[in-house]
Amino acid sequence: MQYLNNIGTYFLMIIELFRKPTKWSVMRHLILKDIDDLIIGSLGIVSFIAFFVGGVVTIQTALNIDNPLIPKTLVGFATRQSILLEFAPTFMSIIMAGKVGSFITSSIGTMRVTEQIDALEVMGINSLNYLVFPKLVAMAFYPFVISIAMFLGIIGGLTACVYGGYSSVDDFITGIQQDFQPFHIVYAFIKTFLFAFVLATIPSYHGYYMKGGALEVGEASTTSFVWTSVTIILLNYLATQLLLS
Amino acid sequence: MIEVKNLHKSFGDAHILKGISNTFEQGKTNLIIGQSGSGKSVFLKCLLGLYDYEEGSIEYNGEVFANLSEDKKRDMRAKIGMVFQGSALFDSLTIEENVMFPLRMFTKLKKDEMRERASIVLKRVNLEDAHKKMPSEASGGMQKRVAIARAIVNNPKYLFCDEPNSGLDPKTAIVIDNLIHEITEEYNITTVINTHDMNSVMEIGDSIMFLKDGLKAWEGSKKTIFKTDNKIVTDFVYSSNLFKKVREAVLKEQG
Repeated sequence: MQYLNNIGTYFLMIIELFRKPTKWSVMRHLILKDIDDLIIGSLGIVSFIAFFVGGVVTIQTALNIDNPLIPKTLVGFATRQSILLEFAPTFMSIIMAGKVGSFITSSIGTMRVTEQIDALEVMGINSLNYLVFPKLVAMAFYPFVISIAMFLGIIGGLTACVYGGYSSVDDFITGIQQDFQPFHIVYAFIKTFLFAFVLATIPSYHGYYMKGGALEVGEASTTSFVWTSVTIILLNYLATQLLLS
Repeated sequence: MIEVKNLHKSFGDAHILKGISNTFEQGKTNLIIGQSGSGKSVFLKCLLGLYDYEEGSIEYNGEVFANLSEDKKRDMRAKIGMVFQGSALFDSLTIEENVMFPLRMFTKLKKDEMRERASIVLKRVNLEDAHKKMPSEASGGMQKRVAIARAIVNNPKYLFCDEPNSGLDPKTAIVIDNLIHEITEEYNITTVINTHDMNSVMEIGDSIMFLKDGLKAWEGSKKTIFKTDNKIVTDFVYSSNLFKKVREAVLKEQG
Protein backbone atom coordinates (compact mmCIF):
# COMPACT_ATOMS: atom_id res chain seq x y z
CA MET A 1 0.00 0.00 0.00
CA GLN A 2 2.87 2.35 0.83
CA TYR A 3 4.35 1.74 -2.65
CA LEU A 4 1.07 2.81 -4.30
CA ASN A 5 0.98 5.89 -2.08
CA ASN A 6 4.55 6.79 -3.09
CA ILE A 7 3.81 6.29 -6.79
CA GLY A 8 0.68 8.46 -6.50
CA THR A 9 2.59 11.20 -4.67
CA TYR A 10 5.34 11.04 -7.32
CA PHE A 11 2.87 11.67 -10.16
CA LEU A 12 1.13 14.45 -8.20
CA MET A 13 4.58 16.01 -7.72
CA ILE A 14 5.12 15.92 -11.50
CA ILE A 15 1.83 17.80 -12.05
CA GLU A 16 2.56 20.27 -9.24
CA LEU A 17 5.99 21.23 -10.55
CA PHE A 18 4.42 22.83 -13.64
CA ARG A 19 1.98 24.99 -11.60
CA LYS A 20 2.58 28.55 -10.36
CA PRO A 21 5.79 29.06 -12.33
CA THR A 22 8.65 31.07 -10.83
CA LYS A 23 9.55 34.44 -12.43
CA TRP A 24 11.59 33.84 -15.60
CA SER A 25 14.37 36.21 -14.50
CA VAL A 26 14.93 33.99 -11.44
CA MET A 27 14.27 30.68 -13.20
CA ARG A 28 16.85 31.46 -15.91
CA HIS A 29 19.62 31.61 -13.31
CA LEU A 30 18.43 28.42 -11.63
CA ILE A 31 18.42 26.55 -14.95
CA LEU A 32 21.92 27.75 -15.84
CA LYS A 33 23.20 26.77 -12.39
CA ASP A 34 21.66 23.30 -12.70
CA ILE A 35 23.10 22.85 -16.21
CA ASP A 36 26.48 23.64 -14.71
CA ASP A 37 26.02 21.31 -11.72
CA LEU A 38 24.31 18.39 -13.42
CA ILE A 39 25.57 18.42 -17.02
CA ILE A 40 28.89 20.25 -17.22
CA GLY A 41 29.93 18.91 -13.82
CA SER A 42 29.39 15.33 -15.00
CA LEU A 43 31.43 15.53 -18.20
CA GLY A 44 34.74 14.68 -16.55
CA ILE A 45 33.70 11.43 -14.90
CA VAL A 46 31.54 10.42 -17.90
CA SER A 47 34.46 10.96 -20.31
CA PHE A 48 36.86 9.01 -18.10
CA ILE A 49 34.52 6.04 -17.63
CA ALA A 50 33.38 5.99 -21.27
CA PHE A 51 36.92 6.00 -22.65
CA PHE A 52 38.21 3.17 -20.48
CA VAL A 53 35.08 0.99 -20.55
CA GLY A 54 35.07 1.38 -24.35
CA GLY A 55 38.63 0.08 -24.31
CA VAL A 56 37.70 -2.86 -22.06
CA VAL A 57 34.71 -3.82 -24.25
CA THR A 58 37.04 -3.92 -27.26
CA ILE A 59 39.71 -5.99 -25.51
CA GLN A 60 37.13 -8.48 -24.16
CA THR A 61 35.57 -8.85 -27.61
CA ALA A 62 38.93 -9.25 -29.33
CA LEU A 63 40.15 -11.82 -26.80
CA ASN A 64 37.00 -13.92 -27.23
CA ILE A 65 37.35 -14.11 -31.02
CA ASP A 66 39.77 -16.98 -31.62
CA ASN A 67 38.18 -18.40 -34.76
CA PRO A 68 40.20 -17.32 -37.85
CA LEU A 69 37.02 -17.42 -39.95
CA ILE A 70 35.53 -14.51 -38.00
CA PRO A 71 36.60 -11.22 -39.59
CA LYS A 72 38.65 -8.75 -37.51
CA THR A 73 36.08 -6.07 -38.34
CA LEU A 74 33.78 -7.75 -35.81
CA VAL A 75 35.72 -6.11 -32.96
CA GLY A 76 34.76 -2.62 -34.14
CA PHE A 77 31.21 -3.75 -34.95
CA ALA A 78 30.65 -5.30 -31.49
CA THR A 79 32.20 -2.29 -29.73
CA ARG A 80 29.90 0.11 -31.61
CA GLN A 81 26.78 -1.93 -30.91
CA SER A 82 27.59 -2.40 -27.20
CA ILE A 83 28.38 1.24 -26.66
CA LEU A 84 25.59 2.81 -28.71
CA LEU A 85 22.80 0.50 -27.61
CA GLU A 86 23.52 -0.21 -23.97
CA PHE A 87 26.70 1.08 -22.43
CA ALA A 88 26.30 4.81 -23.17
CA PRO A 89 22.58 5.27 -22.55
CA THR A 90 21.87 2.66 -19.85
CA PHE A 91 25.09 1.87 -17.99
CA MET A 92 26.08 5.53 -17.95
CA SER A 93 22.63 6.50 -16.63
CA ILE A 94 23.05 4.13 -13.70
CA ILE A 95 26.39 5.76 -12.95
CA MET A 96 24.66 9.14 -13.20
CA ALA A 97 21.97 7.92 -10.77
CA GLY A 98 24.82 7.68 -8.27
CA LYS A 99 26.45 10.97 -9.14
CA VAL A 100 23.64 13.33 -10.18
CA GLY A 101 20.83 11.50 -8.33
CA SER A 102 22.60 11.55 -4.97
CA PHE A 103 23.48 15.21 -5.46
CA ILE A 104 19.85 16.12 -6.19
CA THR A 105 18.43 14.11 -3.28
CA SER A 106 20.93 15.35 -0.74
CA SER A 107 20.73 19.01 -1.80
CA ILE A 108 16.90 19.08 -1.76
CA GLY A 109 16.80 16.88 1.37
CA THR A 110 19.13 19.24 3.21
CA MET A 111 16.88 22.14 2.22
CA ARG A 112 13.94 20.22 3.70
CA VAL A 113 15.78 19.49 6.96
CA THR A 114 16.97 23.08 7.39
CA GLU A 115 13.48 24.52 6.69
CA GLN A 116 14.61 26.24 3.48
CA ILE A 117 11.68 24.62 1.64
CA ASP A 118 9.29 25.89 4.33
CA ALA A 119 10.82 29.36 3.85
CA LEU A 120 9.99 29.19 0.12
CA GLU A 121 6.43 28.00 0.85
CA VAL A 122 5.85 30.77 3.41
CA MET A 123 6.84 33.30 0.75
CA GLY A 124 4.16 31.82 -1.53
CA ILE A 125 6.67 30.28 -3.92
CA ASN A 126 5.84 26.91 -5.50
CA SER A 127 8.88 25.16 -4.05
CA LEU A 128 8.54 22.19 -6.41
CA ASN A 129 8.62 24.46 -9.43
CA TYR A 130 11.49 26.46 -7.95
CA LEU A 131 13.60 23.41 -7.06
CA VAL A 132 12.72 20.60 -9.47
CA PHE A 133 11.68 22.29 -12.70
CA PRO A 134 15.18 23.76 -13.38
CA LYS A 135 16.67 20.30 -12.87
CA LEU A 136 14.21 18.83 -15.35
CA VAL A 137 15.12 21.49 -17.94
CA ALA A 138 18.85 21.02 -17.26
CA MET A 139 18.51 17.27 -17.78
CA ALA A 140 17.06 17.94 -21.25
CA PHE A 141 20.75 18.45 -22.13
CA TYR A 142 21.57 14.95 -20.87
CA PRO A 143 21.67 13.50 -24.44
CA PHE A 144 24.70 15.76 -24.97
CA VAL A 145 26.48 13.90 -22.14
CA ILE A 146 25.51 10.57 -23.63
CA SER A 147 26.73 11.66 -27.10
CA ILE A 148 30.12 12.40 -25.55
CA ALA A 149 30.05 8.99 -23.83
CA MET A 150 29.28 7.29 -27.17
CA PHE A 151 32.04 9.12 -28.98
CA LEU A 152 34.69 8.60 -26.30
CA GLY A 153 33.67 4.96 -25.77
CA ILE A 154 34.36 4.21 -29.41
CA ILE A 155 37.59 6.24 -29.36
CA GLY A 156 38.63 4.30 -26.24
CA GLY A 157 37.87 1.06 -28.09
CA LEU A 158 39.88 2.17 -31.12
CA THR A 159 42.83 3.17 -28.95
CA ALA A 160 42.81 -0.11 -27.01
CA CYS A 161 42.42 -2.11 -30.21
CA VAL A 162 45.28 -0.45 -32.02
CA TYR A 163 47.71 -0.16 -29.11
CA GLY A 164 46.87 -3.66 -27.89
CA GLY A 165 47.50 -5.05 -31.35
CA TYR A 166 44.09 -6.73 -31.66
CA SER A 167 43.30 -5.35 -35.14
CA SER A 168 44.26 -2.55 -37.46
CA VAL A 169 42.74 0.93 -37.51
CA ASP A 170 41.18 0.17 -40.92
CA ASP A 171 39.55 -3.03 -39.67
CA PHE A 172 38.17 -1.26 -36.60
CA ILE A 173 36.78 1.66 -38.63
CA THR A 174 35.29 -0.70 -41.19
CA GLY A 175 33.71 -2.58 -38.28
CA ILE A 176 32.10 0.46 -36.72
CA GLN A 177 30.57 1.35 -40.12
CA GLN A 178 29.33 -2.15 -40.84
CA ASP A 179 25.54 -2.76 -40.96
CA PHE A 180 24.89 0.59 -39.33
CA GLN A 181 21.19 1.22 -38.65
CA PRO A 182 20.35 4.88 -37.97
CA PHE A 183 17.29 3.79 -35.97
CA HIS A 184 19.64 2.45 -33.31
CA ILE A 185 20.71 6.04 -32.63
CA VAL A 186 17.04 7.09 -32.42
CA TYR A 187 16.40 4.19 -30.02
CA ALA A 188 19.40 5.16 -27.87
CA PHE A 189 18.28 8.79 -27.62
CA ILE A 190 14.65 7.93 -26.88
CA LYS A 191 15.98 5.89 -23.96
CA THR A 192 18.29 8.74 -22.97
CA PHE A 193 15.41 11.22 -22.76
CA LEU A 194 13.39 8.78 -20.65
CA PHE A 195 16.33 8.22 -18.31
CA ALA A 196 16.95 11.98 -18.09
CA PHE A 197 13.37 12.46 -16.87
CA VAL A 198 13.84 9.67 -14.32
CA LEU A 199 17.22 11.07 -13.19
CA ALA A 200 15.71 14.51 -12.56
CA THR A 201 12.45 13.51 -10.91
CA ILE A 202 12.96 10.39 -8.75
CA PRO A 203 15.90 11.80 -6.76
CA SER A 204 13.97 15.08 -6.39
CA TYR A 205 10.98 13.15 -5.05
CA HIS A 206 13.10 11.37 -2.45
CA GLY A 207 14.75 14.62 -1.35
CA TYR A 208 11.58 16.72 -1.30
CA TYR A 209 9.39 14.33 0.67
CA MET A 210 12.02 13.10 3.14
CA LYS A 211 11.46 13.52 6.86
CA GLY A 212 13.97 13.64 9.70
CA GLY A 213 17.52 14.92 9.99
CA ALA A 214 21.01 14.51 8.56
CA LEU A 215 20.97 10.70 8.89
CA GLU A 216 17.72 10.52 6.93
CA VAL A 217 19.24 12.67 4.14
CA GLY A 218 21.87 9.94 3.70
CA GLU A 219 19.22 7.22 3.75
CA ALA A 220 17.10 9.14 1.23
CA SER A 221 20.13 9.40 -1.11
CA THR A 222 20.67 5.64 -0.95
CA THR A 223 16.97 4.88 -1.48
CA SER A 224 16.90 7.35 -4.34
CA PHE A 225 19.85 5.63 -6.05
CA VAL A 226 18.21 2.21 -5.68
CA TRP A 227 14.83 3.31 -7.10
CA THR A 228 16.34 5.40 -9.88
CA SER A 229 18.46 2.40 -10.97
CA VAL A 230 15.51 -0.01 -10.75
CA THR A 231 13.33 2.34 -12.80
CA ILE A 232 16.07 2.80 -15.42
CA ILE A 233 16.52 -0.96 -15.78
CA LEU A 234 12.76 -1.55 -16.09
CA LEU A 235 12.30 1.29 -18.59
CA ASN A 236 15.29 -0.03 -20.54
CA TYR A 237 13.59 -3.41 -20.85
CA LEU A 238 10.26 -1.88 -21.88
CA ALA A 239 11.83 0.53 -24.39
CA THR A 240 13.90 -2.27 -25.95
CA GLN A 241 10.87 -4.54 -26.20
CA LEU A 242 8.72 -1.80 -27.72
CA LEU A 243 11.26 -0.22 -30.07
CA LEU A 244 13.51 -3.03 -31.25
CA SER A 245 11.58 -6.28 -31.14
CA MET B 1 -4.06 42.44 13.08
CA ILE B 2 -4.55 38.68 13.02
CA GLU B 3 -7.68 37.17 14.51
CA VAL B 4 -7.87 33.44 15.20
CA LYS B 5 -11.24 31.91 15.99
CA ASN B 6 -11.83 28.43 17.42
CA LEU B 7 -8.88 26.78 15.62
CA HIS B 8 -8.84 22.96 15.56
CA LYS B 9 -6.07 20.85 14.06
CA SER B 10 -5.50 17.08 14.22
CA PHE B 11 -2.92 14.66 12.87
CA GLY B 12 -4.75 11.34 12.55
CA ASP B 13 -6.20 10.58 15.98
CA ALA B 14 -4.03 13.16 17.73
CA HIS B 15 -6.06 16.32 18.37
CA ILE B 16 -3.31 18.97 18.63
CA LEU B 17 -5.17 22.29 18.64
CA LYS B 18 -8.49 22.11 20.50
CA GLY B 19 -10.25 25.35 19.68
CA ILE B 20 -7.84 28.26 20.11
CA SER B 21 -9.07 31.83 19.75
CA ASN B 22 -6.81 34.86 20.05
CA THR B 23 -6.15 38.31 18.61
CA PHE B 24 -2.62 39.39 17.65
CA GLU B 25 -2.51 43.16 17.50
CA GLN B 26 -0.66 45.41 15.07
CA GLY B 27 2.43 47.21 16.30
CA LYS B 28 2.82 44.80 19.20
CA THR B 29 5.16 41.91 19.91
CA ASN B 30 2.82 38.97 20.50
CA LEU B 31 4.39 35.95 22.21
CA ILE B 32 3.19 32.37 22.22
CA ILE B 33 4.66 30.37 25.09
CA GLY B 34 4.10 26.88 26.46
CA GLN B 35 5.78 23.57 27.10
CA SER B 36 7.18 21.43 24.29
CA GLY B 37 4.31 19.53 22.68
CA SER B 38 1.70 22.11 23.67
CA GLY B 39 0.94 22.88 20.01
CA LYS B 40 2.87 26.16 19.56
CA SER B 41 4.68 25.17 16.35
CA VAL B 42 1.55 23.62 14.82
CA PHE B 43 -0.38 26.80 15.70
CA LEU B 44 2.29 28.96 14.04
CA LYS B 45 2.33 26.76 10.92
CA CYS B 46 -1.48 27.05 10.72
CA LEU B 47 -1.15 30.84 10.91
CA LEU B 48 1.40 30.73 8.08
CA GLY B 49 -0.84 28.52 5.94
CA LEU B 50 1.68 25.67 5.95
CA TYR B 51 -0.91 23.40 7.61
CA ASP B 52 -4.60 23.14 6.79
CA TYR B 53 -6.95 23.04 9.77
CA GLU B 54 -10.28 21.26 10.28
CA GLU B 55 -12.30 23.92 12.04
CA GLY B 56 -12.14 27.61 12.85
CA SER B 57 -10.77 30.59 10.94
CA ILE B 58 -7.71 32.82 10.65
CA GLU B 59 -8.32 36.40 9.56
CA TYR B 60 -5.60 38.76 8.38
CA ASN B 61 -7.04 42.26 8.75
CA GLY B 62 -10.56 40.89 8.36
CA GLU B 63 -9.80 38.60 5.40
CA VAL B 64 -10.11 34.86 5.98
CA PHE B 65 -6.86 33.45 4.60
CA ALA B 66 -8.31 30.04 3.67
CA ASN B 67 -11.06 31.66 1.54
CA LEU B 68 -8.68 33.74 -0.57
CA SER B 69 -8.00 32.88 -4.22
CA GLU B 70 -4.55 31.50 -5.07
CA ASP B 71 -3.47 34.90 -6.45
CA LYS B 72 -4.63 36.75 -3.34
CA LYS B 73 -2.95 34.15 -1.12
CA ARG B 74 0.26 34.81 -3.02
CA ASP B 75 -0.17 38.57 -2.53
CA MET B 76 -0.86 38.01 1.16
CA ARG B 77 2.24 35.83 1.56
CA ALA B 78 4.34 38.61 0.07
CA LYS B 79 3.28 40.66 3.11
CA ILE B 80 4.51 37.99 5.54
CA GLY B 81 8.05 37.77 6.89
CA MET B 82 9.22 34.67 8.72
CA VAL B 83 12.27 34.01 10.89
CA PHE B 84 12.78 30.27 11.24
CA GLN B 85 14.28 28.53 14.26
CA GLY B 86 17.36 27.52 12.25
CA SER B 87 17.31 30.76 10.20
CA ALA B 88 16.62 28.78 6.96
CA LEU B 89 18.97 30.89 4.86
CA PHE B 90 19.54 29.61 1.34
CA ASP B 91 22.97 27.93 1.41
CA SER B 92 23.79 28.60 -2.23
CA LEU B 93 23.21 32.37 -1.99
CA THR B 94 25.36 35.04 -0.35
CA ILE B 95 23.98 36.99 2.60
CA GLU B 96 23.12 39.90 0.30
CA GLU B 97 21.39 37.58 -2.19
CA ASN B 98 19.44 35.97 0.67
CA VAL B 99 18.18 39.38 1.77
CA MET B 100 17.38 40.38 -1.83
CA PHE B 101 15.50 37.13 -2.45
CA PRO B 102 11.95 38.36 -1.57
CA LEU B 103 12.56 41.48 -3.67
CA ARG B 104 13.62 39.36 -6.66
CA MET B 105 10.52 37.21 -6.29
CA PHE B 106 7.87 39.83 -5.59
CA THR B 107 9.00 43.19 -6.96
CA LYS B 108 10.07 44.64 -10.27
CA LEU B 109 12.93 46.62 -8.75
CA LYS B 110 16.20 46.91 -10.68
CA LYS B 111 19.23 45.11 -9.29
CA ASP B 112 20.81 48.34 -8.02
CA GLU B 113 17.61 49.27 -6.21
CA MET B 114 17.43 45.82 -4.64
CA ARG B 115 21.05 46.11 -3.51
CA GLU B 116 20.34 49.51 -1.98
CA ARG B 117 17.29 48.18 -0.13
CA ALA B 118 19.27 45.13 1.07
CA SER B 119 22.04 47.44 2.32
CA ILE B 120 19.54 49.50 4.31
CA VAL B 121 18.07 46.49 6.11
CA LEU B 122 21.47 44.87 6.64
CA LYS B 123 22.61 48.11 8.23
CA ARG B 124 19.43 48.10 10.34
CA VAL B 125 20.42 44.68 11.77
CA ASN B 126 24.06 45.81 12.20
CA LEU B 127 25.52 43.72 9.39
CA GLU B 128 27.00 46.35 7.11
CA ASP B 129 30.08 44.32 6.17
CA ALA B 130 28.61 40.88 5.60
CA HIS B 131 27.11 41.31 2.11
CA LYS B 132 29.38 38.92 0.24
CA LYS B 133 29.71 36.26 2.91
CA MET B 134 28.03 32.87 2.52
CA PRO B 135 25.60 31.80 5.30
CA SER B 136 28.04 29.03 6.31
CA GLU B 137 30.63 31.71 7.11
CA ALA B 138 28.30 33.54 9.50
CA SER B 139 27.81 32.83 13.22
CA GLY B 140 24.42 31.74 14.64
CA GLY B 141 23.63 35.27 15.78
CA MET B 142 24.60 36.73 12.40
CA GLN B 143 22.45 34.17 10.61
CA LYS B 144 19.47 35.13 12.79
CA ARG B 145 20.03 38.80 11.97
CA VAL B 146 20.23 38.00 8.25
CA ALA B 147 16.98 36.04 8.60
CA ILE B 148 15.37 39.08 10.23
CA ALA B 149 16.73 41.32 7.46
CA ARG B 150 15.30 38.96 4.83
CA ALA B 151 11.96 38.91 6.65
CA ILE B 152 11.61 42.71 6.75
CA VAL B 153 13.19 43.69 3.43
CA ASN B 154 9.88 43.70 1.54
CA ASN B 155 8.10 45.81 4.21
CA PRO B 156 5.92 43.01 5.60
CA LYS B 157 2.72 43.66 7.52
CA TYR B 158 3.19 40.48 9.54
CA LEU B 159 6.35 39.03 11.07
CA PHE B 160 6.50 35.51 12.46
CA CYS B 161 9.44 34.17 14.46
CA ASP B 162 9.85 30.55 15.53
CA GLU B 163 12.13 30.40 18.57
CA PRO B 164 14.36 33.27 17.38
CA ASN B 165 16.71 32.88 20.37
CA SER B 166 17.30 29.15 20.31
CA GLY B 167 20.99 28.26 20.24
CA LEU B 168 22.14 31.81 20.96
CA ASP B 169 24.16 33.08 23.92
CA PRO B 170 22.22 35.31 26.38
CA LYS B 171 23.80 38.54 25.12
CA THR B 172 23.03 37.85 21.45
CA ALA B 173 19.54 36.65 22.42
CA ILE B 174 18.83 40.04 24.02
CA VAL B 175 20.15 41.82 20.89
CA ILE B 176 17.81 39.75 18.70
CA ASP B 177 14.84 40.32 21.04
CA ASN B 178 15.37 44.06 21.10
CA LEU B 179 15.84 44.16 17.33
CA ILE B 180 12.54 42.38 16.71
CA HIS B 181 10.77 44.60 19.22
CA GLU B 182 12.18 47.80 17.71
CA ILE B 183 11.36 46.71 14.16
CA THR B 184 7.79 45.85 15.22
CA GLU B 185 7.24 49.36 16.57
CA GLU B 186 9.21 51.12 13.82
CA TYR B 187 7.37 49.46 10.91
CA ASN B 188 4.06 49.07 12.83
CA ILE B 189 3.81 45.37 11.97
CA THR B 190 2.00 42.49 13.64
CA THR B 191 4.69 40.28 15.15
CA VAL B 192 4.03 36.78 16.46
CA ILE B 193 6.87 34.99 18.25
CA ASN B 194 6.93 31.38 19.34
CA THR B 195 9.37 31.12 22.24
CA HIS B 196 10.61 29.19 25.26
CA ASP B 197 12.84 32.02 26.38
CA MET B 198 11.62 33.58 29.62
CA ASN B 199 13.92 36.55 29.13
CA SER B 200 11.96 37.37 25.98
CA VAL B 201 8.72 37.04 27.92
CA MET B 202 9.88 39.57 30.54
CA GLU B 203 11.52 41.95 28.05
CA ILE B 204 9.38 42.19 24.93
CA GLY B 205 6.06 40.43 25.67
CA ASP B 206 3.54 43.16 24.80
CA SER B 207 0.96 40.41 24.57
CA ILE B 208 1.46 36.81 25.73
CA MET B 209 -0.61 33.70 25.03
CA PHE B 210 0.14 30.56 27.05
CA LEU B 211 -0.74 27.25 25.41
CA LYS B 212 -1.21 23.98 27.27
CA ASP B 213 -2.28 20.72 25.64
CA GLY B 214 -3.64 22.51 22.57
CA LEU B 215 -5.71 25.02 24.54
CA LYS B 216 -5.17 28.64 25.49
CA ALA B 217 -4.53 28.43 29.23
CA TRP B 218 -3.81 32.11 29.86
CA GLU B 219 -3.31 35.44 28.14
CA GLY B 220 -1.74 38.65 29.37
CA SER B 221 1.42 40.72 28.99
CA LYS B 222 4.89 41.13 30.50
CA LYS B 223 3.29 43.39 33.11
CA THR B 224 0.49 41.04 34.17
CA ILE B 225 2.53 37.84 34.08
CA PHE B 226 4.17 38.77 37.41
CA LYS B 227 0.81 39.14 39.12
CA THR B 228 -0.97 36.11 37.77
CA ASP B 229 -1.87 33.36 40.19
CA ASN B 230 -2.73 30.91 37.39
CA LYS B 231 -0.89 27.83 38.65
CA ILE B 232 -0.27 26.39 35.17
CA VAL B 233 1.49 29.60 34.14
CA THR B 234 3.45 30.13 37.36
CA ASP B 235 4.64 26.50 37.37
CA PHE B 236 6.02 26.99 33.86
CA VAL B 237 7.31 30.57 33.90
CA TYR B 238 8.71 30.53 37.43
CA SER B 239 10.14 27.02 37.34
CA SER B 240 13.66 28.39 37.91
CA ASN B 241 14.70 29.89 41.25
CA LEU B 242 16.08 32.95 39.47
CA PHE B 243 12.72 33.88 37.95
CA LYS B 244 10.96 33.11 41.27
CA LYS B 245 13.23 35.65 42.94
CA VAL B 246 12.71 38.17 40.12
CA ARG B 247 8.97 37.80 40.54
CA GLU B 248 9.13 38.22 44.31
CA ALA B 249 11.26 41.35 43.87
CA VAL B 250 8.92 42.85 41.28
CA LEU B 251 5.82 42.14 43.37
CA LYS B 252 7.51 43.58 46.46
CA GLU B 253 8.44 46.69 44.52
CA GLN B 254 4.86 47.07 43.25
CA GLY B 255 3.56 46.59 46.78
